[in-house]
Amino acid sequence: MPDFLVEIGLEEVPARMIAAAEAELGRRVQDLLARERLLAPAATVTTYSTPRRLAVLAEGVLASQADTEEQLTGPSWKVAFKDGAPTPAAQAFARKAGVAVEALEKVTNAKGEYVGATVKRQGRAAAELLAAELPKEVLALYWAKNMYWRAGKPERFVRPVRWVVALLDAAIVPLEIAGIAAGNTSRGHRILHGDSAVVIDQPRNYSKTLRGAAVVVDVAERRHIIRKALDAATRTVPGARWREDEPLVVTVVHLTEWPSVILGNFDSEYLALPEEVLVTVMRDHQKYFAVEDANGKLAPHFLAVLNTQADEAGAAIIRHGNARVLTARFKDARFFWDFDQKTPLADRVESLKHVTFQKELGSYHWKTEENLRVVRSLAATVKAAGVSLDTTALDKATELAKTDLTAELVKEFTELQGVIGGLYARAQGLGERVAVAIYDQYTPASMEDPIPVSIEGQLLGLADRIQTIVAMFGIGSAPTGSKDPFALRRAANAIVKILAESGLPLTLADVVAASGVKAENREQVAAFLRERLHFYLKDVRNFAYDVVNAVLAADANDVRDCIARAEALTVARESADFAAISASFKRIKNILRQAEEKGFALQPAFGTTLAPEAQLLAAAAAVLAPEVAHLRQQRAYSEALVRIATLRPVVDAFFDKVMVLDPDEKIRGAHLALIDEVLRGFSGIADFSEIVTA
Amino acid sequence: MSSTKSASIAKPAPLTFQELLFRLQGFWAARGCVLQQPYDVEVGAGTMAPETFLRVLGPKPYRVGYAQPSRRPADGRYGENPNRLFKHTQFQLILKPPPVNVQELYLQSLEAMGIDLAQHDLKFEEDNWEWPAGGAWGVGWQVMLDGLEITQFTYFQQCGGLDLDPICAELTYGLERIAAFLQDVDSIYDIVWARDPDTGAVVTYGDVRLAEELQFSVYNFEAADVDKLWQHFNLYEAEGQALLAQAGTLLADENAAATEKKRFPLLAAYELALKCSHLFNILDARGAISVTERVGIIGRIRALAVGVAKSYAVQQAVS
Repeated sequence: MPDFLVEIGLEEVPARMIAAAEAELGRRVQDLLARERLLAPAATVTTYSTPRRLAVLAEGVLASQADTEEQLTGPSWKVAFKDGAPTPAAQAFARKAGVAVEALEKVTNAKGEYVGATVKRQGRAAAELLAAELPKEVLALYWAKNMYWRAGKPERFVRPVRWVVALLDAAIVPLEIAGIAAGNTSRGHRILHGDSAVVIDQPRNYSKTLRGAAVVVDVAERRHIIRKALDAATRTVPGARWREDEPLVVTVVHLTEWPSVILGNFDSEYLALPEEVLVTVMRDHQKYFAVEDANGKLAPHFLAVLNTQADEAGAAIIRHGNARVLTARFKDARFFWDFDQKTPLADRVESLKHVTFQKELGSYHWKTEENLRVVRSLAATVKAAGVSLDTTALDKATELAKTDLTAELVKEFTELQGVIGGLYARAQGLGERVAVAIYDQYTPASMEDPIPVSIEGQLLGLADRIQTIVAMFGIGSAPTGSKDPFALRRAANAIVKILAESGLPLTLADVVAASGVKAENREQVAAFLRERLHFYLKDVRNFAYDVVNAVLAADANDVRDCIARAEALTVARESADFAAISASFKRIKNILRQAEEKGFALQPAFGTTLAPEAQLLAAAAAVLAPEVAHLRQQRAYSEALVRIATLRPVVDAFFDKVMVLDPDEKIRGAHLALIDEVLRGFSGIADFSEIVTA
Repeated sequence: MSSTKSASIAKPAPLTFQELLFRLQGFWAARGCVLQQPYDVEVGAGTMAPETFLRVLGPKPYRVGYAQPSRRPADGRYGENPNRLFKHTQFQLILKPPPVNVQELYLQSLEAMGIDLAQHDLKFEEDNWEWPAGGAWGVGWQVMLDGLEITQFTYFQQCGGLDLDPICAELTYGLERIAAFLQDVDSIYDIVWARDPDTGAVVTYGDVRLAEELQFSVYNFEAADVDKLWQHFNLYEAEGQALLAQAGTLLADENAAATEKKRFPLLAAYELALKCSHLFNILDARGAISVTERVGIIGRIRALAVGVAKSYAVQQAVS
């Protein structure tokens, strides 16, 4: 069985796009082979990529499709042959089936005698099929940004295609992609190998052959090489460790074909700059790994991942060049830092009038005043609940939170807004509480980030975000579908996360109320936050979707309480009694809905004697309801759910013996009133009817 | 690590600033490029010179290179910052259409400048480029040499709001950066601009340009008269718009003679757009443009630049 290889040679593909494209190409090749019946049962499909190539190796494909035989049935024999001679009907069928009239056969089945034809189809050769189909698959790859390069603009792709290798064993598959005819020659590393052709003799030698041309085509292997090389380079500094940074590892893996690592140094005088600035320059601007000493403090070294293997002299040049660039950037940062100190944050509040927050809303000065109003309202609620906080510091932090937008250092490092404000506040002696709150105002930026450490930081973060959401909703800029240009979902996610993970005595409703939202937007904003709470419970906390639905149906306001109820319910649902109760509650809901549709009234059972099972249920519920309510109040949810599960025997007996929708109107009304009371009495923790039972 | 300095210094004397330019020009001239002189109206980047902005439009192949002094008033630092300039020099190259081996040619041009690629780390990292006021954008890379961005490499996709066909490759070499890197100096002002071959006496970048950096920083940040700048802006814009209006009528007139259409001064209209762009940059450096005004003014410049591009494409098609 032959092996198949395709390699698309490209000019450097953006690092952020490579992994997804490699996987997609692998999937497309595999699907194509499967669809065309060219994939042997034991076949393996392996994908490779570097910045300059995407490749797929399929080992064990079929040289051609298997021949097929198909039995077609046509008109009845009587219609097709009159006196042994074929009629036009027989001829038409033969034509359609692609056989001679003489080859038609008589087929007898339960309905009678018919004309049949055996159609043999010869399988097509893999090379022919791949040549026809593969180019379409390649050109259909998704890219976040495409370009044209050929005159007449026949196709778009991420970057120009410069060569194509397509082989079935040693034979070239005669396909063409973007005007490039496939061959058996690949290209090696630009510098280490140069321009000479790299001939692939067999698909399975692909990886090995390219290694000989200074290209490691296996992504996992490059990753391993880089991590090992980072370790090795760091070991030259006693006690040092490189700072783990998985996203950066991924980036450099996709920027290199033949990676190596150098450790370089910078003058330790720059360690006086804040670590945040140093790390941002190294990681975000230069793609260097930071190095820390044995105490976790930043050390005056950096690690650069190279796409080459230099000799000692070359390594010295490269090390020096990288250090030179880094030093220049640090120098700039220090210049901006010193320059910014000439205008303290307090003197920058006025200039926020010239920084637009949003065209239709106003400047950051306006935004600051709005934030102050919201944060004071939140603080009042929190204080009323007996939590102590430093309102002076909170006011100051809110007032100055956005002033770093006018600082030169933030213009240079936009990703450090907030952080730089916090550092400046500290440097300018505004007090630790003020500094920390400003510093943390944009955390959590993602669901992986921690929440602000201080209560003031948490309140500032809440106020800033709910103000933005409410203001944007107010001008009709709520997110729709996949469009969320102002990242309001992220802002709302952060609100939920802060409420979930802080000790703040605030509910979603408190936050909405503090925002001063206009009446006409109130429900829309509340629903938006509820939807984010749903997302948080399900996708961040990983509660089962039915647990989330059940919990939120009971109440979706107090975030931490929702989590506690979801936790209790997740445990409780595992018991058989509880599953049965859930099923019964679903039944109750259905019956009540039917009753409502039919216009049946709910009437308490005065003067009506009910079946013993109904009486037992009423009595049990009457005893249990206040007990459960008490437990709920004490947030003893697990205990409450265990108690509710004890209802199972009486509930089961009731549904076994009692016809709820009794023909007698009075009895029926009494039954309905009873189950309605049970439903309402025990749905305060969660709506159990939402629980999906096996 | 103490050997790093000596390792790079041990190389033969690096090229002077002007030699770098000679090498680049010689390299590309030998590959069929027209060598143009810098455009003599203030521009913020080599892209804005008509040799790029207008020549990339339409079907005619063209290859051109020129060293374009590029003025960015807000980047001035009174000659005090060793890495930032009000006016820097871009060697701008347009290859229309791009040859299939454009990247390989580019690498050879680096070697022509004395960069031994075997001794360096080179990466093409994604960096897409756009000039909103010119309705121009493309995709490409920043070319990183030992962590330093030395070239912006762009495949132009649109210019003047028009789709390009054929597209072109634009290579923009940052000459000061490359020179400082190769000469291993910490300040741009220490770059050796020229060296007397007989005496070995050197003239530095600072000798040639420091006074200009200082004085233009003073002008751009302090002395420029905001009211007059606005008047200039409005005058240039009005004249540009008037020309565009005439061009629109003439080029749409089926009875007008081709010679009349061909002689219509769209190139002059484009210079007026460039004037407006530069005045905007000075006003911006002067702090005279609020954030709210900003978008509107960029829109006015765009109307001029894109208007010229559209008419120019029509004019070029006149036979």
